[in-house]
Amino acid sequence: MLTLKQSRRLQTVLIATLAWLVALAIFFPIFWMILTSFKTEIDAFATPPQLFFTPTLENYVHIDERSDYFHFAWNSVVISFGSTLAGMLLAVPAAYSMAFFETKRTKSTLLWMLSTKMLPPVGVLVPIYLLFKDAGLLDTKTGLVIIYTLINLPIMVWMVYTYFKEIPKDILEAARLDGATPAQEIYRVLLPIGKGGLASTVLLSLILCWNEAFWSLNLTASSAAPLTAMVASYSSPEGLFWAKLSAVSTLACAPILIFGWLSQKQLVRGLSFGAVK
Amino acid sequence: MKKPLVLSVSVAAAIAMGSSLAIGATTVTIGTVNNGDMIRMQELSGEFEKSHPDIKLDWVVLEENVLRQRLTTDIATEGGQFDVMTIGMYEAPIWGERGWLEPMKDLPADYDLEDIFPAVRNGLSVEGILYGLPFYSESSMTYYRKDLFEQAGLTMPERPTWDQMRDFAKVLHKPDQEQYGLCLRGKAGWGENMAIVTTLANSFGARWFDEGWKPEFTGEAWTNTIEFYVDALNNYGPPGVSSNGFNETLALFSSGKCAMWVDSTVAGSFVTDPSQSKVGDQVGFALAPKQVTEKGAGWLWSWALAIPVSSDAKDVATEFVTWATSKAYSQLVADKFGIAAMPPGSRASTYANADYMSAAPFAAKTLESMNNADPADSTLKPSPYIGIQFAAIPEFQSIATQVGKLVSGALAGQMSVDQAMKSAQSIAEREMKRARYY
Repeated sequence: MLTLKQSRRLQTVLIATLAWLVALAIFFPIFWMILTSFKTEIDAFATPPQLFFTPTLENYVHIDERSDYFHFAWNSVVISFGSTLAGMLLAVPAAYSMAFFETKRTKSTLLWMLSTKMLPPVGVLVPIYLLFKDAGLLDTKTGLVIIYTLINLPIMVWMVYTYFKEIPKDILEAARLDGATPAQEIYRVLLPIGKGGLASTVLLSLILCWNEAFWSLNLTASSAAPLTAMVASYSSPEGLFWAKLSAVSTLACAPILIFGWLSQKQLVRGLSFGAVK
Repeated sequence: MKKPLVLSVSVAAAIAMGSSLAIGATTVTIGTVNNGDMIRMQELSGEFEKSHPDIKLDWVVLEENVLRQRLTTDIATEGGQFDVMTIGMYEAPIWGERGWLEPMKDLPADYDLEDIFPAVRNGLSVEGILYGLPFYSESSMTYYRKDLFEQAGLTMPERPTWDQMRDFAKVLHKPDQEQYGLCLRGKAGWGENMAIVTTLANSFGARWFDEGWKPEFTGEAWTNTIEFYVDALNNYGPPGVSSNGFNETLALFSSGKCAMWVDSTVAGSFVTDPSQSKVGDQVGFALAPKQVTEKGAGWLWSWALAIPVSSDAKDVATEFVTWATSKAYSQLVADKFGIAAMPPGSRASTYANADYMSAAPFAAKTLESMNNADPADSTLKPSPYIGIQFAAIPEFQSIATQVGKLVSGALAGQMSVDQAMKSAQSIAEREMKRARYY
């Protein structure tokens, strides 16, 4: 018979083991991708899969010779940060008005905004393509910033709205009594208090923009193509390509993985913000 | 704190200005597919830019299906994002007929259009007007393991029948040693399983549509075809065959797990390359199998370079396209990458080159397969369409994608052959009626 202390310890060990197993299961595809990127094409295709092999950098050398990585990476950075900035400039005032000046239509407006995410993007590909063509936005970073801002805006508004709802209205009223304008309320009161939540919204938007592939492949050609387009250029229906594809995917994921890792504190704080009152 | 910001803005502006100043030349944007031959073209394009300093080449390399969607969207909306498009033998006649592509005329005399295989030229033309210049082309053929055949005392004929293939597979199938008798594509897709299934069907005397454009999937010939395919692969094929496409089967054959494989002639260079194949010196070649007829037994496909009418740099694009598909380009590839790397299947002069024929053990059979392929006469009974492993009509892609799923489902045992064929018939009938073919 276990004592209470022992059973608690066992419970902790079990939960920790389970957490590790889940974390490993989530990380395994990334680990395998990185591992495959150092294999030759034959080793990458070998059955049973090889865990031990002679590592090679030939895939990275091949990518360096064939593609201008920094051109694609720079495009990804500009597009992701540009659309996140534009999105936040729109999402914060929208969420502010919805959270603190709620009307009877606020809930349905929020649901309507989210419902636009339910439409398959390919359904509006041709109209958007024609609009972009007429506006001269095809294959431009500005075009992608606009489209990414629009597709991520519903989620950003929802997230910021949820964080703002957690902030007591009394604080804003106090600021108002001190003579703050709505802009000052947002800038001086809401943003400092909701920093954690806003940071996680920014991070989520950056990740979504960085990984988006449908629009970036369809609306760009060569000059504005981001890293997702570079990854797509290494997949092939004829010939062996897994090792090269893994190497290019590793290069494409690396910046956002490092960025996410450095800012994980904000991300976790933001995600758990409001979970415990 | 402000200084670094000002500095970085200035640097960014300087870079932007510098790059815009560099663009004095006409830019040609090329959309192409990711495979070995096309990547070699990209690598050699510096030579073209050197001899044409007024032309700058921009490359958009994409996977085949993504490229197809990307190019179709652009050309159908006259987006004008591409000056050169890499398209297949399926798209060229359809897009050409719709007036989306520039006709390839007034080519320089030294281009030698007559050197291009007639079947390839015809496949890229509509009513005698050529709409794309072939970069490389392929047919299909049989690959087999000479060592395993010798050990078993078997002899592969020049052109086996499918029944013989099944008999050989029965003898050579040793799953306990991870050696499988017959490997074929099983993954659903009009360019995947339906390529091999359609050539198999042609050999069994089947056709996609009769003279009145009515589908024939519930006919005896199609039923025999799919019953043979399912039976042979389930009994003598590798496990999980219904999810194997070209690449997966190539990997199986290259790692020594298949005794026989029928697929693209392009695979010849992969399976004989010791850096990619464990059985490089043991591969034998035969023509694609026949059954009741030889017609349509081997397919025909070509990747061609075409110029959309929406391009604003047609003249310079034509210069590039003629350079990349010329004899001089083939020679350049031979000089830089070795003679076996020359773009295959398009030019007769490649096969008249004794050095190439001796360096590429698969070349003789590739040539014979290319010469046998006739997209205008690919079925035992007359058919109204052009194409061997496809029918060059816009509706084919959608119908074949759906039929491909049904055939793959029958192979995986999710439904009977009879059910799959009945469903295929009703899908094809609905699509063809909707498109008002009858």
